[in-house]
Amino acid sequence: MTARAFLIRGLIAGLVAGIATFFVAYSVGEPHVETAIVLEESGTAAEEGPADASHNHGDEAAGGHNHTHSHTHGDEGEGEDTEVSRDSQRTWGLLTGSLAVGLALGGIVALVAAGTIGRMGRLQPGQSTALITLLGFVAFALVPFLKYPANPPAVGSGDTIGDRTALYFGFVIVSVLTAVAATYVALRLRNRLGTYGGVVAGAAGYLAVVVVAGQLFATVNEVGDFPADTLWFFRRASLFTLATMWGVIGVVLTGLVGRLYAAQTERAQRRALAASL
Amino acid sequence: MSQVSAVPVAGAPSVPTIPFGQLAPWALFFGLLGTLVLFFVSTDQGAVSLLAGTAIHEWVHDGRHLLGYPCH
Repeated sequence: MTARAFLIRGLIAGLVAGIATFFVAYSVGEPHVETAIVLEESGTAAEEGPADASHNHGDEAAGGHNHTHSHTHGDEGEGEDTEVSRDSQRTWGLLTGSLAVGLALGGIVALVAAGTIGRMGRLQPGQSTALITLLGFVAFALVPFLKYPANPPAVGSGDTIGDRTALYFGFVIVSVLTAVAATYVALRLRNRLGTYGGVVAGAAGYLAVVVVAGQLFATVNEVGDFPADTLWFFRRASLFTLATMWGVIGVVLTGLVGRLYAAQTERAQRRALAASL
Repeated sequence: MSQVSAVPVAGAPSVPTIPFGQLAPWALFFGLLGTLVLFFVSTDQGAVSLLAGTAIHEWVHDGRHLLGYPCH
């Protein structure tokens, strides 16, 4: 059980997760991305939130402020600097993004799991690895999604990308740091309150902090009159995509770590037996 | 150390730990690398641009949307 052994297994899990994520995102998510882009280009969905109506990007060809947008969709004629076609974006581009995120998350999760084996009560290495992945999904993906859900193309003004990015990652940081602290507190309290009390206290503490943070962080609503069904389908697909990513990382990494530990234990037992002869 | 303890502890084998000192360089190096990769997929050439242009943003555009990151 070394950091290197964990990192290698994390990268393998991340690779598998990235491939699975691509297929889920492509088959479940892409149809709704296409629908959103059609709506965006037809201009029907281009109305922003009330305060921002003059800055919508779909039907406004002039003005530099919508540049983050007009270049985005390859087949669109208006973007002079268009470099990537929609066909590439939806296939190789999506695959690149899925694999990159899968490898990065897989490696990071594996190293966190490496740091927690043997330190989470009586959990076996495979069990603590599975728990760490689950906590990662909740803290890094699910809770941020509930506060700032994914938006399809055509929802979201180029003008507010700075604020939205800062809010999103600010909330992610709060959520992840709180989860780390809550896990630590739960493990410490476990000595005094037992496993049940420690886990309940940790989970309650995490929930309390993210709920309060969710109230304090500004709400982003730039949906305008974008069709509710397409929005819901897209967001559901996005959640499936994230769940696939984390679920596959968790399943593959847990399996690999469990096997690693079993092999190691067996070797140690054989050595102990040989020494006792 | 990183080895499984060979000392049998009454029934339940103790789970090995990896010393933080041994883990730290790996965590630091891959933590930075992984964060950088996540940044390029999720954010670069959107709110913040480390590299000029729009090629990266466009290439990972659909992934950025579907993985839930803010995108234009």
